[in-house]
Amino acid sequence: MLFQPAAVGNGPAPVRSRFFTPFDLFAFAVVFGLLALFTQSTQEALVPISDLDRTPITLDPSALPEYALRTTARMLAAIIASLIFTFLYGAIAAKSRRAEMVLIPILDILQSVPVLGFLSFTVVFFMGLFPGQVLGVEFAAVFAIFTSQAWNMTFSFYQSLKTLPRDLEEVSSSFRLTGWQRFWRLEVPFSMPGLVWNTMMSMSGGWFFVVASEAITVGSTTITLPGIGAYVATAIDQKDLVAVGWSVVAMLVVILIYDQLLFRPLVAWAEKFRFETSVGGPPPRSWVLDLIKRAHLFQFVIAPFGRALRGAARMPLALPVAVPRPVGVAWSSRAMDRIWSVLIAAAALYSVWLIVRFVATEVGLSEVFHVLWLGFLTLLRVAVLIFIASLIWVPIGVWIGLRPKVATAVQPLAQFLAAFPANIIFPFAVVAIVYFGLDPNIWLSPLMVLGTQWYILFNVIAGASAFPTDMREAAASFHIRGWHWWTKVILPGVFPYYVTGALTASGGSWNASIVAEVASWGDTTLRAEGLGAYIADATTAGDYPRITLGIAVMSLYVIAFNRTLWRPMFNFAARRLRLD
Amino acid sequence: MLDTTQSSGTPMLSVSHVVQSFRKSENNRILVLDDVSLAIKEGEIVGLLGRSGSGKSSLLRIISGLTPPFAGDVTWYGEKVSGPSEGIAMVFQTFALFPWLTVRQNVEIGLEALGIAAAERRRRAEEAIDLIGLGGFESAYPKELSGGMRQRVGFARALVVHPRLMLMDEPFSALDVLTAETLRTDIIDLWTDGALPIKSILIVTHNIEEAVLMCDRVLIFSSNPGRVAFEMPIALPHPRDRQAPEFRDLVEEIYARMTNREGPGAPLHGAAAPHADITLTTYLPPISTNVLAGLMEELADPPYSGKADLPALAESLHMPADSLFPIAEALHMLRFADVAGGDITLTEAGRRFVAAEVEPRKALFAEHLLAHIPLAAHIRRVLDERPSHRAPWSRFADELEDHMSEDFARDCLRAVTNWGRYGETFIYDEQVRQFSLETED
Repeated sequence: MLFQPAAVGNGPAPVRSRFFTPFDLFAFAVVFGLLALFTQSTQEALVPISDLDRTPITLDPSALPEYALRTTARMLAAIIASLIFTFLYGAIAAKSRRAEMVLIPILDILQSVPVLGFLSFTVVFFMGLFPGQVLGVEFAAVFAIFTSQAWNMTFSFYQSLKTLPRDLEEVSSSFRLTGWQRFWRLEVPFSMPGLVWNTMMSMSGGWFFVVASEAITVGSTTITLPGIGAYVATAIDQKDLVAVGWSVVAMLVVILIYDQLLFRPLVAWAEKFRFETSVGGPPPRSWVLDLIKRAHLFQFVIAPFGRALRGAARMPLALPVAVPRPVGVAWSSRAMDRIWSVLIAAAALYSVWLIVRFVATEVGLSEVFHVLWLGFLTLLRVAVLIFIASLIWVPIGVWIGLRPKVATAVQPLAQFLAAFPANIIFPFAVVAIVYFGLDPNIWLSPLMVLGTQWYILFNVIAGASAFPTDMREAAASFHIRGWHWWTKVILPGVFPYYVTGALTASGGSWNASIVAEVASWGDTTLRAEGLGAYIADATTAGDYPRITLGIAVMSLYVIAFNRTLWRPMFNFAARRLRLD
Repeated sequence: MLDTTQSSGTPMLSVSHVVQSFRKSENNRILVLDDVSLAIKEGEIVGLLGRSGSGKSSLLRIISGLTPPFAGDVTWYGEKVSGPSEGIAMVFQTFALFPWLTVRQNVEIGLEALGIAAAERRRRAEEAIDLIGLGGFESAYPKELSGGMRQRVGFARALVVHPRLMLMDEPFSALDVLTAETLRTDIIDLWTDGALPIKSILIVTHNIEEAVLMCDRVLIFSSNPGRVAFEMPIALPHPRDRQAPEFRDLVEEIYARMTNREGPGAPLHGAAAPHADITLTTYLPPISTNVLAGLMEELADPPYSGKADLPALAESLHMPADSLFPIAEALHMLRFADVAGGDITLTEAGRRFVAAEVEPRKALFAEHLLAHIPLAAHIRRVLDERPSHRAPWSRFADELEDHMSEDFARDCLRAVTNWGRYGETFIYDEQVRQFSLETED
């Protein structure tokens, strides 16, 4: 895995004799502090929507901790929702062949749909579900974050379930574990490292969307949910650069805390579920995990939950009725397969017809071509920017990765920058473009890779760090230098890592185009011509046929881009350039 | 604990006319097991001995209820087996421990499935852990243990459910020689002392000495498709002495039977087997030409000077005896050696090969490859006939897969590719997965 946490001190052996350790004091404060804050922020979600207008967003920095907490709570809610979705959807897709035929392609498409595109639909949907309540808007924001996380978590889980080690499967059936026991004893633990890693990656994308979703205008409805995103939006409205600066600081702190309190411990803990028995490098450590294991209080609070969960996982629960045999045979017959395929095809055709009819109410064929052209412009931006970012970051990443000391210092920083929602810094760029009178068509573009270029950097660093020393020594002893060294030695070595990073970066850039191609500062609005701007404008206007068209076209471009460029590169890297 | 006096005679498990095959296409099935029948009585250790591809592991999975047979029946105390049965537990070649569970949790997993209460679970796990010599390791994770200790966990996990029949799928083959020997001896000692809470053991192995050391009865399987070709009772008392003449005789006889060209069941005679049985779809063991040359050189040198007894050769090379089989078989197919009656003899061509330099060796190898391995000749002919002198890998793979499993087809092509490259008979480009002839440019 690519994650390389900063070294954390090992500390003394567990102190068991003393009744109250200093760790306990800290633990006590943390537990009850968080509890109090969380209760407060959830209570505020249950008030009527009119309250939002009565308490407008204030730019006073002292309000930021509370806003940060609200934002964080949304993230947490989305993660939990994503996890539940993952367990259900992934398990069904992996266990039922027929469900798999439908669910996996759907997931693949969903992954390519720009997340911000969902937002306009879900805001309306959830507000309709809870009319006049803040809860509806909260749900919409949480759902937006959910859509940025759930798909790749589900993919990871599904893939783990499809690659369960055969001997462990045989053990489970030969000792006759029930489906429930099998799920918790075999399937979930086996998928845990991949799931934690993907959750962490999703999370770093999620900050971007939580910021974007807290202040959104759909048609006549403008919603500002108290949170860091809304704070930034207000600061932009009021042209307050200092406030933007404060929000940057708040975001830095929040991400840092999230990483330290949630993900480091999770990654260190998930280490025990690693399947390979060989040891590769020092295991990740986390001071929080050490703390949890060490402090009596945490043990006291957590242990009963742990016991209850383990007990639940052990219960021999099974479906109360077995499917009668003839039914099972008929269900899995080939005739049923054909019927199923026909049903799927029919449903797909009907959906296409629905979409076309809906879009055609507003939009003519010439506009469709125009949107395709806009998509091409955005594609051009994404491709050029990823190319430029690669030219810059690959050599730097290699340089860093080959120096272990530098790498341990820089790697967490690069990951941190990848998680940082770049849309918070957009105002600075907009101010600069306005001030210097630059062409937005060109100068708004770099914003698209502002947050995503770091994926390239930290993956390349990871690749260069993992490059075998003996191969470097061989290259040195045969005097392979300069251009030759780059093309024959190191670039093939880091290529698989680079592809992973570039793929993530390009996906993120497509998403970012929706907020990057239209940017405003007070009443000045800059606009670059492209598909992102088209979708953003349609969203502001509440023009659903155009939103649908824009999103569909963008999804098509993303899928085509992935299939024609990234996937072949990925396969090539997996087949030819693996170092093991 | 139970009384394990030998062969009390009640049949616990019977396998009758089991056929296993898997589907290649609509009307083409590959036969893995052909009409296998056997019975296991209470109080005995039965060995299933055969070479890879003889379907013995498939049979074990059918008996355990993990996979259903294509035809035939397995009955367990008179009841037809239709899924994993209570009272049968399995020990796996790969140990198959859950890496995220401690030793104790791994051992308890079978009891959890039975819904046994926590206190009872713990007591029984402790008992099994102590019995198998794992005391003190209860809270260790599998990755902290050596291979031998891991397999002990595997044994404890099977024993703790008090099965009446314990199935072992090559339980010692992933361990080093010393560790395997210790564990084997421990298990036999526990068995002869009557300390194991089980009635019978069925062990799958390809290790001849292991079978003779442990079993009361050995069933020798023939390959492709798997059949029970010969049954051999082993009446030696425990503990058995590997160096005892009667032990060596039994090992010799089994060697002879397993290298018998007409199959393990046919009468033994000393003459070299005829070579006529190699066809396009004969399984080719993927053995590197380096290994083939190495064995030929070893054979040519003293003390063998051209002829060796397979078990003795294996011992002097520090190789597990059975891993010599595929090498000897490849040499036999290429007619660099004759294998019969447990002996291997270098042929005239084999001697010439050993004496030659690099280039003549390659020429001689190429000559034998084209003359005696129909698949190599076939590939060469196809390449000659095509104007482009190119043919994709998949063309031959598809052809082979009509007659054998995907894995076997891949093995055959891997063997023939390696041999063809060495003999410079044809070229293979892995990147485009294509065979070709050397072009002059």
